[in-house]
Parts: sequence; C-alpha cells; structure tokens
Amino acid sequence: MSNNDNDIILASATSLSTLTINDISKDGFGYNPSVGPQSNNITQETSNYLLSKRTTSITSPNSIYDKSIINKKTNEISLSSLSFLFCEIVNWCHKSSKGIQDLETRLNGLGYTVGQKYIELIKLREGFKTNKREIKIIEMLQFIHGIFWKSIFGKTANELEQSQDVSNEYMIIDNSPLMSKFISIPKEYGELNCSAFIAGIIEGALDSSGFFANVTAHSMAIPGFPLRTVFLIKFDESLSIRESLRR
Amino acid sequence: MSSYYFTIIGTRDNPLYEVEFSSFKPSSSSSSSAISSSSAGSNQPHIPGKSQFTPKVREILPFIANSSLDIIEDSQWSTNQFNLGRIDSFYGLLVNAFITQGNIKFILCYDNPSNASSSQKYDENLIRQFFIDVNDLYVKCLLNPFYSVNDAIISSDFDLKVKLLARKYL
Repeated sequence: MSNNDNDIILASATSLSTLTINDISKDGFGYNPSVGPQSNNITQETSNYLLSKRTTSITSPNSIYDKSIINKKTNEISLSSLSFLFCEIVNWCHKSSKGIQDLETRLNGLGYTVGQKYIELIKLREGFKTNKREIKIIEMLQFIHGIFWKSIFGKTANELEQSQDVSNEYMIIDNSPLMSKFISIPKEYGELNCSAFIAGIIEGALDSSGFFANVTAHSMAIPGFPLRTVFLIKFDESLSIRESLRR
Repeated sequence: MSSYYFTIIGTRDNPLYEVEFSSFKPSSSSSSSAISSSSAGSNQPHIPGKSQFTPKVREILPFIANSSLDIIEDSQWSTNQFNLGRIDSFYGLLVNAFITQGNIKFILCYDNPSNASSSQKYDENLIRQFFIDVNDLYVKCLLNPFYSVNDAIISSDFDLKVKLLARKYL
C-alpha cells in the first residue's frame, strides 16, 4: 500500500518537468499544461466514469483528495520529535552554509514555503461562513499574531507593535519561541537566531497574501525570558500607497 | 444546458489548471436537448458533461478569463470576500471568480442557459459552493510536498475530483 503510494507521487513529480504535448493521460484524466483544456476534455469513457455511482478516485483508493483536512480538533505532536527535526534542519543548513547570514537565509527560505502553504490551509480551516480574506495590514498582522500563531505553536504571540520610527515596520514578539526552546547559540555565532525559520514562515504567509514584506528574527533577551525573539516585519513601500487609497 | 470553462490562475497570472465541461444534469425539456444535439452535429452522439462551446468561442475562452484578471485585481483589495461573484460578461458569456488568501484565482466562464432571473440566484449559490469545494481540493494539492505554489496541477485525481464537483453542483 505505502509502496504503491510512493510510486505514484514519484511518477508525477518526475513527469512534471517532462510533460509535453505528446503525453496523453492513460486514464483519461489529468490536465496537461502543454496541451491546454483539450487534454482533459470529457470523452464518452470519462463521462461514463463520472456518472457511475461508485466513482471515488482512480490512482489509489485513499488519495490525499479523499481525506478531510478540515478537522477542528488540534492534533498534538511531541515536542521532542519537533525539536529533533528542527535540530536536523539547522544542522543540515549549517553544513552547506557559508556563514551566519547565509545560514539564516537558508532557514528563512525553508520556512517560506511552509508559510505559503500554511496560510491557505488555515484560512480553509477557519471555514467560509464567518471567514474573510485579510486585505488590511493591521488585520493581517493581527491574524498572524493570533490565529496563525495559535495554530502553529499552540499559543498566540506575546506582543504586536508598530515601530515608532519607521511607519512600515512592525514587530511580533514571542517571549519563548517553541522551535528554539532547546537551542543555545555559541558565542562566536553572534547574532544568529534560529527563529529565522519562523520569520520565513511569516514572510511566506505575508508575501503570498499580497503583503510584500521582509521578515527577520532578532534575539532581545529580557530578564526572565532569555530566548525572547522579535520578528521584525518590514513592509514594501507600495503597500502604504494601497492602504492610503482605500481610505 | 450550459457549458463551463473553469481555470485556476496562479500568482504570476499563469494558468495552473483548466477544464471545460457542461452541465451534467439532463436537460428538463426534450426540445432543448434536441437543439444541443443538433448543434453538436447530428452524427455524433451526445456525451453528458462534454462542453458544447463552438470552436470560435473555445478559442477565446482563455482570453476572456485572463481579461477578467484586471477586474479581479481591482476588487481584490476592496472586498474581503473570497467569492467575488459575477464580475464580468462577454457577449453572453458570464464570468464568476473566487480568490484565495494566497492570491490564487479561480475563474469560471459559462454561457447563460436561460434568461430566467429566478434561477440566477440559485446558480450563484451553486457556483459559490463549487468554488469553495475546489478551494478545498486546491489546498489538499498544495499540501503535497511534491507540489509548490504556481506549479501546474497535473494530478489526474485532482482532475477527476473537480469534474465530480462539476457533476454535483453545476
């Protein structure tokens, strides 16, 4: 079963780059971008298939499309498995990086794709009855600070502040970031903060929502919270124009 | 019986997925089915679900969908709804759109089957429901580690599921 699943995913992943105008789907389904809508036109066979009562899926009986992803109850995972995984991530990035800045960029990049995907999932999970798209900077930040944070880390972030000096800079502050709970930065690594990964998640979520921003993580320890991290969000200039047009 | 052209447009205005289909519901009156079968060509048997667009219309469908992107982008920052409803019409072709939080646009072009205004409200609700369920499928596809944002969706299961939704709602 699991073996079968692997085959399918690998097959479609390799064919992604090589799908040409000559590739014709064997089962009559599947969109081919080189051909366009003609590739998945409904034919007599596929029409019969669609109209039959038993039709669920073609490739595997339990494809990802058959499972519900809208479960309201929170799935808990072990903190140690998360920490070990993150430990490996940092380790892997560290090996291939050329310096502290490079390491942070790599972590940020990994988080970016997570954020891009997660924002869609979480909006879907909120449900469409009460739900709305975030179109204002402040509301978007409150969403990240609140619901978004809570669903990733199980708690909301501690503070959300606007920079006093620069109008398009905001800060989300977490007193004890979950991911770096067991990370101690050696002295010679200076300003490195492994929460760059989380900063990447935020950046990915903001960017894909159309709030183009640059997010960086900075350690700002205060008594009692040695791991306190400030996520500095610097929005693109063009956003302030968009905000001002709406008013 | 109306025909539909559904497309998913990525953040770089690139098409991720396209499909053409027609309403699977058997047409209520025998006269309308006679018209559609005659227009499709008398020698071809009617296939339920196959789109009935004329070749001339079929050619310009992607253009109609893409030209409505401007309207979507205009309204996307003024309304906080996901479903933008009917946003455009082009010589009898109506265009409905939906936008996700991640800036992925779902566009549905369809020809108006009847001019009865009473059924329009109903249609809008069905299309909204269709969009919401496709969004669910899209997110499932997106969560696949072998898929990244703005890739074309070539999964045959996704295609099947979208068509099943089309059968269910439209």
